[in-house]
Amino acid sequence: MEKRAEYDVITDEVAIPYEVAYGPTWTRFFEGLKNEKIYGSKCEKCNRILVPARSYCPRCFVEIKNFIEVDQEGTVISWVLTEYEYFGMPTKPPFIGALIRLDGTDVNFLHLIGGFDLSDPDNVRKRVKNGMKVKALWNDDKKGTIMDIKYFTPVK
Amino acid sequence: MGRPVAIVGSGQTRHGRRFDVSYPELVKEAVDAVFENTGISPQDIDGVVSGTMPSMMEGVALTHFYFADVLRSVGKPILKTETCGSTGVSLAITGYYWIASGLADLVLVVGSEKMNEGDSQATMTTVVEPFYQRYFIAGAPGVFSMQCQEWSNRFGIPEDKVREAATRITIDHHNDAFDNPYAHIKKRLTPDEVNNARIITYPIRLWDVCPNSDGACAMLFASEKMAKKLGLKSAWVKGVGYSGEEYWFGDSEKAIWQCAIDAARQAYDMAGIKNPRKELDVAEVYNPFTYQEMLYYECFGFCGFGEACDLVLQGVFSREGELPCDPSGGTLCTNPIGATGLNRVAEAALQVTGQAGAHQIPGAKLGLAHAMGGVDQFNGVMILGSE
Ligand SMILES: [Zn+2]
Repeated sequence: MEKRAEYDVITDEVAIPYEVAYGPTWTRFFEGLKNEKIYGSKCEKCNRILVPARSYCPRCFVEIKNFIEVDQEGTVISWVLTEYEYFGMPTKPPFIGALIRLDGTDVNFLHLIGGFDLSDPDNVRKRVKNGMKVKALWNDDKKGTIMDIKYFTPVK
Repeated sequence: MGRPVAIVGSGQTRHGRRFDVSYPELVKEAVDAVFENTGISPQDIDGVVSGTMPSMMEGVALTHFYFADVLRSVGKPILKTETCGSTGVSLAITGYYWIASGLADLVLVVGSEKMNEGDSQATMTTVVEPFYQRYFIAGAPGVFSMQCQEWSNRFGIPEDKVREAATRITIDHHNDAFDNPYAHIKKRLTPDEVNNARIITYPIRLWDVCPNSDGACAMLFASEKMAKKLGLKSAWVKGVGYSGEEYWFGDSEKAIWQCAIDAARQAYDMAGIKNPRKELDVAEVYNPFTYQEMLYYECFGFCGFGEACDLVLQGVFSREGELPCDPSGGTLCTNPIGATGLNRVAEAALQVTGQAGAHQIPGAKLGLAHAMGGVDQFNGVMILGSE
């Protein structure tokens, strides 16, 4: 057989449409966002308040029936400024992804930090600190998705 | 407790951008190597375990079916194990279970990836559901950058000290890679080169990050009876541990990383290890990012929380140190994801059987192999001994 450094390649793309069911818990959670409410749920066994809301506790293996509205302010646990883009990325860079502990809850909520200029990383580093207080800022046009919260923005 | 299990041989491919072969041909290269290295015939195996990163990586979903012929699996039972980055250690644990259960005497275990054919970070986003987490998890660098920040903040480690230790780690490993014939990236780096490299996701810079590699690794797991019959230099599985956390990224703590702590503890308990830093001779820690390697030292009990940077700078974990970590150059220099964890097991097996060549740790008798998966919620550990 002929020996070459590289052989031929073809290009391929797999694109499959999906219809993804929310089920009762996520449906209610996203309806909450439409009304500017963030819902969590409290496990009656470990007493933890989990957010987003759940139908069961992953640690206690028990069903959770209640929905409770949680605070829209919280503390930044960690964050990352993302400046690169890749195929299929739903959020356009630059953006700051963050783990935020909403007041009174027991797990971290994943969302964005924004509301200021993100173009200069050094500036962002000076602005954003672990432990800083942030609060949810809502989009005017709400679609019942996680991006109904525009981002979390520093509390003065 | 199951029956004793031996690793009787391994085969790794050359790593890099492997457009000289098709994906099955790449897998065949590793499978051919393990049979050639051991003199065992494909007829003698009882079954095959195969695994990759989530299959979006190369766009073919049923990889063990695609590889059936080169895995020599025709007419044999075949299993697929897939846990994202920890696939390789999960594969080894699957092979271990199969032999330990008494249902097989010789099992072929193969991990592979051809990362250059796809888009690794785009693949990573398909690991999570499309309505919540996918918006915020910006590929692996984003996740590990967050974890590093939480860790250094939690233990009050100054930014410049973390940087200095990470720089030491990457310089050491890229030097180590020169002695590993299978390693992908081999480079003599200077501190200036590392510290001024472009930022990927702050504070992670280019040389803190593993490459995209194409490669495969094949290993043979055997029962005691079979290992004695074969008479090959064998590594013995002394302990296994695997632990997971919640699917929701924000549910688990990233600095005191419970699944990493638990996976190691399970494996140590089984192997009877009380003081890992003293008792282990070598560790192949999964280190796709420099910072994460230090976090693992702490979670695995090699040192206390917040201490890793100081010990790295003292050379405790370098080739000549008290507990050499990743003398192969590790994941930082070679990362074909579905094979990477199995490479760690193969390297630990080579070390404890004295077959690691130029990067052999003299007299190594007890080694640790590890890999991490999920987004970061899975950790698996295997302890190998020379007897
Ligand atoms: Zn609970």
